[in-house]
Parts: sequence; C-alpha cells; structure tokens
Amino acid sequence: MSVRNQPARFESDTDEALELNFDIQGHPVRRPWWKVWSKRNNRVPWVSIFVVLFVLVLPALLADVITTHDPLRGVLADRLTPPFWMEGGTTTYPLGTDKQGRDILTRLIYGARISLTVSTITILIGAVVGSTLGLLAGYFGGWVDRFVSWLIDTFLSLPHVLLALVIVAAIGPSFVTIVAIIAVTIWASFARQVRGETLSVRETEYVARAHVAGTTSWRILLRHVLPNVANTLIVLATLQVGVVILEESSLSFIGAGIPRPNPSWGVMVADGRDQILISWWISFFPGLCILLVVLSLNLLGDWLRDFLDPKMRQRGRS
Amino acid sequence: MSLDQPMGTVNDVPRTAPVLEVQDLRTYLYTRWGTTKAVDGVSFSLGSGETLGIVGESGSGKSMLALSLVRLTPEPAGKIVGGRVMLNGRNVLDLTDRQMREVRGKEISMILQDPQQSLNPVFSVGDQLAEAIRVHDRDLDDKLIHERSVDALKSVHVPAPERRLKNFPHQMSGGMKQRIVGAMAMAYQPQVLVADEPTTALDVTIQAQYLRLLKDLQERTGVAIIVITHDFGVIAETCDRVAVMYAGRFVEEGPVEQIFDHPRHPYTRALLESRPKVDLKSTRLQSIDGQPPSLIDLPIGCRFAARCAYAIERCLAEYPPWFEITEAHAAACWRSEEVPWPSP
Amino acid sequence: MAEPLMVVESLSKHYPVSEGQYGGRTVGYVKAVDGVSFTIEKGRTLALVGESGCGKTTTARLVLRLRTPTGGTVKLEERDVHQLSGADLKWFRTSVQAVFQDPWASLSPRMRVRDIVAEPLVANHRVSKDEVRERVGVTLEKVGMQRWQGDLYPHEFSGGQRQRVALASALITEPRLLVLDEPVSALDVSVQAQVMNLLKDLQAELGTAFLLISHDLATVRYVADHVAVMYMGSIVESGSVDQIFETPRHPYTRGLFDAALPTHPRNRTEKLEIKGEMPSPLNPPTGCRFRTRCPQVMSICETVPETIEVAQGHRVACHLFTPEWS
Repeated sequence: MSVRNQPARFESDTDEALELNFDIQGHPVRRPWWKVWSKRNNRVPWVSIFVVLFVLVLPALLADVITTHDPLRGVLADRLTPPFWMEGGTTTYPLGTDKQGRDILTRLIYGARISLTVSTITILIGAVVGSTLGLLAGYFGGWVDRFVSWLIDTFLSLPHVLLALVIVAAIGPSFVTIVAIIAVTIWASFARQVRGETLSVRETEYVARAHVAGTTSWRILLRHVLPNVANTLIVLATLQVGVVILEESSLSFIGAGIPRPNPSWGVMVADGRDQILISWWISFFPGLCILLVVLSLNLLGDWLRDFLDPKMRQRGRS
Repeated sequence: MSLDQPMGTVNDVPRTAPVLEVQDLRTYLYTRWGTTKAVDGVSFSLGSGETLGIVGESGSGKSMLALSLVRLTPEPAGKIVGGRVMLNGRNVLDLTDRQMREVRGKEISMILQDPQQSLNPVFSVGDQLAEAIRVHDRDLDDKLIHERSVDALKSVHVPAPERRLKNFPHQMSGGMKQRIVGAMAMAYQPQVLVADEPTTALDVTIQAQYLRLLKDLQERTGVAIIVITHDFGVIAETCDRVAVMYAGRFVEEGPVEQIFDHPRHPYTRALLESRPKVDLKSTRLQSIDGQPPSLIDLPIGCRFAARCAYAIERCLAEYPPWFEITEAHAAACWRSEEVPWPSP
Repeated sequence: MAEPLMVVESLSKHYPVSEGQYGGRTVGYVKAVDGVSFTIEKGRTLALVGESGCGKTTTARLVLRLRTPTGGTVKLEERDVHQLSGADLKWFRTSVQAVFQDPWASLSPRMRVRDIVAEPLVANHRVSKDEVRERVGVTLEKVGMQRWQGDLYPHEFSGGQRQRVALASALITEPRLLVLDEPVSALDVSVQAQVMNLLKDLQAELGTAFLLISHDLATVRYVADHVAVMYMGSIVESGSVDQIFETPRHPYTRGLFDAALPTHPRNRTEKLEIKGEMPSPLNPPTGCRFRTRCPQVMSICETVPETIEVAQGHRVACHLFTPEWS
C-alpha cells in the first residue's frame, strides 16, 4: 500500500481525448470496422487461436477426412511403435501406437471430437440454464433470488468428482452421464456471474429510463439487460471450455467418464500410465493436447474479456 | 505584446520568489488513436502563499497538467515530452523516481477529486496516515507516528481525531474523507499543493467548509495552492490568479478580479457568460456552440477559432501570441483589444 | 394561478433496515422521504433543491412510479398514479417522462439512437414503422439534432448531444410532465448553458411541465418557477423562485445561499452559517431535523415544526415563524 502513489484519476483526459472523435462541425468520425478491430487491441493472441483451431476444432470437424486409421481397433502386430523420429518408428504412425496397436494421432484427432462435443453440449446447457436463472434472480430479486442463490451455493459446494463416481457406480459410465454431470456442475458458475451482472445493470439509469418509457419487464430483460451481459457470457463460455475439457479428462482418467475404448484424451493418458517409462508417447501426446488447448483457451478468454470490455467501445466519463 | 515568446506567459513579478516555475511543459498521451497533446506548452510561476486557479472544461488537459507537476502521469501512455518544472530551483523532471518520491509530500502534494478513490478501503485511516508519514520518516516509532497522525487530523479540524484514526473510509462521509486526504497531503507541510477538482464530489454546504479549510491551511503554512477546476465559483472563492486552459494551452492569465471584470479572451468571456447566477435572475444564457477540437488533430491557428464568434481569417491561419493587457494580465487572442465587453 | 397538473400529498418512503442474511429481521427504518407535499402546475417548473441524501431523487422515483410509496399519494390530473393499471398505466407512461443525470449511463450502449428515442412510443402505442421513423426524425430535429444521427450509437456522441438524445426520447410521446433529475450537472459548463436554454425553449413551445431535481441553486434560479427546499426527507421551505431567492426564511435555505460559491471574487463568502454535516439518516434528530446544525436553534426545536404560510404561496417549516414565537 502506498498512499502517495495512488492510481491517479487520469481517465478524464485520456478518455475525453479519445472520445473526441469528431470533426470540427461535431460530426462523428466513423472508422471502418477492421481499423477499429485492429486498433482496439493490437495484441491478438494468434498463437492461442491457432492452437485451438488446429488441435481442437479442425481435427474434431474433419476427423474422417484427415486420418484413415481406425481409432478403436488397432493392428496388434504394430503395438507400441514409437513416434516416427525415434528408432523403430514409422511415418505410418507419426506419433506411435499404444499397446493395442492403435494410432495415437488418430485417437488424438477423434479425442478432439469428443472433447469438443462434450464441451459444446455441456456449455450450451449450462449457459442457457445458468443465465436464465441468473437473469431472473438478479432482475426480480426477492424470493426468486433467494432460492436461486441458495441453489447456486449448494451446487458450487458439491464435490464434483465424488458425485461423478457415485453416479457412475450406480448407473455405469456413458456419454450422457458425463455430459449430465458436467452440465450440473457448470451451470452454477454461469448463474452466479449473470446474476451479479444483472444486479448492476438493473440499477443503471438506462433501465430506469426504459421503465419510465413504459417498456415491460420481459422486454427490458431481453433488450436492455441481456445484450449488456452478453459479453460476460461469451468470455465465461470460452473460459469454461477449458474447464470442461479438463474435467472430462479427469473423470475419464479415473474411469468415471467416457467409457473405453472411445479415445477421450483423459482415457488415453490413463491407458499409458503403466507404460510411462518405456512407451512415454502414449500418455505424453494426449497430455500435451490437454495442456495446450486449456492454456490457449484461458489466454483467449482473458483477451476476449479485455477486447469486449464496453469501456473500450463506450468510453467512460471523467 | 511579445511575439518572441508565443508559448510563454508574461510573468508578473510574484510577490515573493517563485517556489514553482513551469516552463513550456508538454505532456503527450500515446493512445491507440494517435498522439494526444494533452498539455502542449504551458508556462506559469507560483509564489509561496499564492493561489493559482486553472480553469477549463473536460478534455482541456487540466488534469493531465496537474498530474505532470507531481510526475504521476499515467504509464505508459502519458509522457512528459518537454519543458521544465522548477520546484525550489531544481527541475523535478530530472529527478530519479526515488528522489521524486521524497519530493512528493514534502515539497509538492496533491489532492484528487474523489476521496473515494484516494483512500484504500481495506486499511484504517490511521494506517494510511502512518504510511504517508513513514514514506518520509522511516525511523519514527509508533508512538511518534500516532502523535503526528493526530496532529495532522487536528490541522484539518477533524473532531475526535484519536477515534477517527481507527475508522475505515466507508465509515465516514465524503466531506470527512476529503479532509483526511487533505491531512495526508499536508502532513509534511509541502510548499506547493495541487488540488484537482477538490470539491466537485462534495455537497454545497460541505464544499464551502472545505474551501474555507484550504484557505485556513494556506494562512497557517504559507503553502502555494494550484486549484484545478471547471467551476468559476471555486475560482472566485479561492484564487488570487487565474489561468484559463483550452485544448492543452493557457489562453488567458491574470489576477482574479481582472479576469472577472475585464476578460480579454472570447473563450473566457463565453465561459463567464454561460453560467447562470445565484444572485441574479438571468433571462438567457450565452452558450458556446460546437465541440472543442480533438487533441490529436489540432488546428494550426487559434484552437478556439472554430467556435469563436469573433474569429477572423488570421485566427485560423496563425496561432496568436500573448498580448499583454496589463503587467499581470495577458491573453492569447488576435482580437483581444477589439472584442466588446460585456458582450452586446 | 395556473391549473395544477400533479398533486403530491404527504408522500413517504421508509426503507426497512435489516440485519442478517437472506432478509433477516428489521431493526429500523430510513425515512428517505417523509411526508412531502407539493403541486406542479401545468406548463411550469417546480424545482426540488437539496444536498445529497435529502430525498429529492427518491421523490422523483416515486413520482415516476419506479418505487412504491409507503404512504401518501401522487395524483396526475386527479388520478392516483400508484393505483393505475392496464390502459390507464399506458396513459401515465406517455404522460410522464424523465431525463436522468448521467447521459453516459442513461442510454443503453447497445441500442441505436433511433431505437432509444422511439422506445416510449413503441412501448405504449401501436404505430407503423414509417410513423415511428417520422416521429423520431421530427423529435430529433426538435432538440437540435439531425435525422441521420439516429443511425448512430450513443458512444458516438458527446455528453451534451447524448443529453439531447435522452431529451428527444422523453419528448416523443409529448408528455405533460418531464422529470429532470440533475439534467446538466454531468455536463461541461459551456454545454450546460446549451441544454438549459433548450429546456426553456421546449417548455415555451410545448407547454410541458418540469419537475427539476437539482443541487445547484444557480441552475434552479435560471430554470424554475417554483422551488421546494428539502432536508433529510422533508420540505423545509417552498415558494416561488423570487420568494425563495429574494427572501429566504428557513435557516437552512439561508445557509445554502451563504455556502453557494460566489459569482465574483468581490462577493467571497464572509460567514458560514451551517456547521458540521448531515446527521445519519438511520438515527435522525427528533423534532426539527435541522436543529443539530441550525445557527438559530431554540429549545422548542425538539418538537416537529408545523408548516406556516408566511406569504402568498411561501411556506416555511420552522419554529421561528410559528405565531406564538415570532
């Protein structure tokens, strides 16, 4: 803490100066969107975008086109082939094979498809359910808010892994189970964030103005509140993709997630566990994929948060 | 008329030797949209015990000028690119950051507009005052620091100072918080105090009390005060001299009575005529049309010309030099002699 | 005397103060507005003046039906505003509009100006797209803007222009009453004059009544016809603008004038009548709320003063003017 080196209030001049996008007659100076885009933040995280695109999205969409190997059935004769640059490696299996002779690269590509599907579905469910409840709680307050807040608190304090294990033990692992478990755990973070944003948007003067104009509550929610919490939603969803991938991998790793022989990255890491010292590539590449994708998504989310910050668009007043 | 020093000011001879002398100060902001010339060649001097008012609208660069004086321009966008700030005979801009920390508080201090932002909400007032004192006296023991803190609060007339030291900012009213900020700024009796909009966040009755307090502090310690404001009322209440700032530069400077009675720059006049009066029923206010120019893309001529009712071609083509009206009063306007006052 | 448009009688808003989580129990009340009465005449301006926390903004929100009062009534043309529903409510929403203090906060950043301006019209009437377009254009011109500017977003405008947009939106349904909550205090000095002049012109042209909420005495003097001075939830003095500014009676009103900054360095403040700060609204003084800061406090001030009419239309709530004391 330093009393004298307080963060000075400098917005007045910087922002006012930025705000003066007028020519001398008071007409605003309009800039083409690409200029605004590139000027608003010149540090676009291209590497992260590249990683997410080429490790997650493209493989997931084009798996059948990219590779001809079967992700589920291997050639036992070729089992435990090392990556191509090592002795005994072959370019038929660029990243080697596992102990059942399945191509690691192929399984990674199909694994991306699982990761992307699971995260898309769970985030869609989580975002829709969570933000609806959050909007209602934040906007209407009263008992709705108390109930939803209580639900959020409860769900955020559930031990996810334990819950997953119990459910899987009871009904067995399946794609639907894992999606349901993850969706149940992530809606609460959406609800909490949206509720908070809604609370502050509700108190703004433009919402008061809309009330005075006679706009109905539902219309205010849709036209005034939702667009102004949309940024937060986008950022949160991006960050949550990483969380979901991590959670799905962890659950799959301990056997409570995607059932074998499906090539989830988490399952692959688990499969290579006992060979880690000899055939390290079985666990290493899926692990690397998880690390790269989750890290990139987090960086991308952080950048999006800054990029979409309304202050960058609609500059604050002094 | 002095054509040879277009940026400078015609300096009156201050009553005492100047404690602060600013020469051709330039502070630019490097933003995404371009270079903003927030302070673009400002000069003035200030004697001890004197109060200078700097009046301007938002975007005139007045806050950036204030921050430049204490070298707290926002990093990395803001840079002091030229000029000198002579404080007690040495150039503040040449000091190292460490030396500057010593100077801040001891020789020059600052009060910001919003006490809410100047106090850290998680520390008690006592802790924050102690911190301010420790910056300069690292070896003081707790008891002495406590005594000094109590004295500092007493100097700004805070009732029950011992009890107040234990309070947190949220337990106090805005006026009380601003007094605490004042106490911190004045704890080491600096020779210069920069007050940036010190009362805009305060209520009418509290505002008057606070301005009274500043005057009182000045009488006791002889501190020179720079009041930065948009409000001519604050100027009328507290200042000896006034400088009017527009688009990064001073356009008129002079003793407060002369500025109010015989403003020479059309912008000063327009500002004075655009405010409603408490003590007079006005039928129609003068308003200034248009917008101030962008500080990124400034015109070559007078910066006010596009909004000025008296502009001639020369105003657009050539930046006006300072025209001396009296020894202490000058305006940067080609037509300062011809413009009628009060306006018809 | 002009016809009354809105009559407010003993309006109160008491907020419960509670302890504990999820509701908890009520430990007291903050009387944000406590028994406020005033009348707004057709086509005239009433100003509510006071410092922050005096209840003027809460009063405005009650009048606008953004909050429900805990007591008293607000009547617009003899109809109780807080009892309206259905078509009557639509009538109210088109009759009363508002302009808020902060033009940076009162315009939704994600809507185009033309949609913002059209909002009160679209929300209350069935109108064709062409008609909406036309009315938006006409209204923008009325506040000194150009039609094409409707296609822009609020962040493309300066503060003064934004306040014009807010004003256009408020005027599009041709309301009878406009509530102006500190309409110029967030603007630059030179722009304040533009907006105040515009307000006066529009009132003369359209005959709209204004309820002006302000802390700035100079603004009030320039814009208002009648003034009510509020302190801690109640009106302490009310009257015509000349009565209040030429012959202020209540010690608080006089103190406010003393504290107002001078218009010329020759008139610097000599003495400050009002000492100290406003007491906590959680624990207000008994009797006259101003007595803790009043320079003329007497023993009787521990009882609540009645409102006395000291001149035609000039009312003061102070014991100095009760017959047995004066």
